[in-house]
Amino acid sequence: MSSVQHVLGIECTAHTFGCGIISSEAAVLSNIKSEYTPKAGGIHPREASQHHTEFASATVKEALQRSGLTLSKIDAIAFSSGPGLGPCLRTGATVARMLSLLIDKPLIPVNHCIAHIEIGRAITKEDDPLVVYVSGGNTIVSAYSDGRYRIFGETLDVALGNCLDTFARALGLPHPGVPKLEALANEGKIFIPLPYVVKGQDMSYSGLLTTAIRQIGKTEPKDLSLSLLEVAYGMLAEVTERALAHTEKASVLLTGGVARSLRLQRILASVCREHNARFYVVPPDLAGDNGAMIAWAGYLAFRENLSVPVECSFIRPKWRLDEVEVPWRK
Amino acid sequence: MAEMNLKLIKKGAEAELYRGQWLGYDAIFKRRVRKEYRNADLDAYIRGSRTSLEAKLLAQARKLGVPTPVVLFVDLRNYEIIMNHIPGISVKKLIDTLDVPSVKSLFSTIGEMVGRLHLGGLVHGDLTTSNILVFNNSVFFIDFGLGEYTSELEARGVDIHLMRRALESSHHAVSKVAYTSFIDGYKGIMKEMGKEILIRVDEIRRRGRYVEGER
Repeated sequence: MSSVQHVLGIECTAHTFGCGIISSEAAVLSNIKSEYTPKAGGIHPREASQHHTEFASATVKEALQRSGLTLSKIDAIAFSSGPGLGPCLRTGATVARMLSLLIDKPLIPVNHCIAHIEIGRAITKEDDPLVVYVSGGNTIVSAYSDGRYRIFGETLDVALGNCLDTFARALGLPHPGVPKLEALANEGKIFIPLPYVVKGQDMSYSGLLTTAIRQIGKTEPKDLSLSLLEVAYGMLAEVTERALAHTEKASVLLTGGVARSLRLQRILASVCREHNARFYVVPPDLAGDNGAMIAWAGYLAFRENLSVPVECSFIRPKWRLDEVEVPWRK
Repeated sequence: MAEMNLKLIKKGAEAELYRGQWLGYDAIFKRRVRKEYRNADLDAYIRGSRTSLEAKLLAQARKLGVPTPVVLFVDLRNYEIIMNHIPGISVKKLIDTLDVPSVKSLFSTIGEMVGRLHLGGLVHGDLTTSNILVFNNSVFFIDFGLGEYTSELEARGVDIHLMRRALESSHHAVSKVAYTSFIDGYKGIMKEMGKEILIRVDEIRRRGRYVEGER
């Protein structure tokens, strides 16, 4: 056995089917994605899973080709077993189980949120950051403490990305909505009060979304967009600040699909300046859903012998981040 | 206000705390600072409403028999509350030094105090172990910035839920013991009403994302 090991990761929780290959030295050898884009409306879980079934094989092949490795050089197969949409998770898990059986190598279930955190830590080389993870499905402020990633603030209902996407669609902006929403907001001048809901450590976006949608037609779209973003990001900034003050971490790591928002980056950078914390943004390739992050988190678990037999490789659509033991951090 | 010799003692999430003298009192100056990243209108609204409400709640809590700092002065132009300094230690810091019986008795007292707040028609809104100080064998509640005047089941439930979350995220080792004692103390004050509130607390928890028994 060579000293360098390789792990292949399958990401398949929502709109992206991703396959990535990493080496034990945290080098991303390849990271290929195929993204499902709904013709209208939001993600339809069954249609998304059909897309993933269709593109799985080509995506895995391309990832292998780019990495310059053959399947026989892979030491473990990792897959995102939750949280996510059931039909998508089942498709990803099926592909991973098949690959694991084919090459007779361990199968590693990975928590999707942990993968976002771990790839961020690896590429920024920031050992112990406060993580702000925002995407279409998750809005979590988390930090490591006593064996697990603890949650110091999260959405109580819809995710930030979901809130913005839904509003953008209601305004008639085409996919992807958030950049267009931000461009519109940059022209906005007048701030309209909208529900700003911070409950202790947590935030709630559902009332904000409903109110904003009801204002469409009554308020200029640019002013409404400005107000929505100000309130939505403002709430997240406040929760981040609270978590930073409470945990006293020295840095903040922004990741997830919404991490690419320049407006949000500016806001969190300002929060960090005020608290003398270092600020990192994971680059879009590795911040959005991708296979490489699953492979890397899978490698960390693989080192701890956390593999499962195929017959026990269940998916966990509602697997909370703070349920997972992370022995590699001890 | 022209304050002399103010010393910054804590940069909190939304406010800066300074310590200094105010008319001969050893005082804390809590100043809600401008957030550069926030829209100016939203910023002024949040700072103004929280400052004035917090001052009222601090005073009201004392009337209900819950120790809080005494409000000495409120300066709404500068979004500042001046209150007397409590030379105590936060429960967050204290908890790790306590044995199990002491944790039980401390949290039973905390539960009782929260019961008094709720019974008196207010909620704290941000019950964490950083916001409770122990001094002279009394527990002092600080930071009512997210508090409200309300007797709604939901708001009371959220208060209890937040305490549970704070214990689970920051004090995992003793969270069960602490929470059980907290609830015992709370129920002692709330009596029959306590049951209904605790049912709501479980509902709020289940409403959370991906938790056991979620609808």
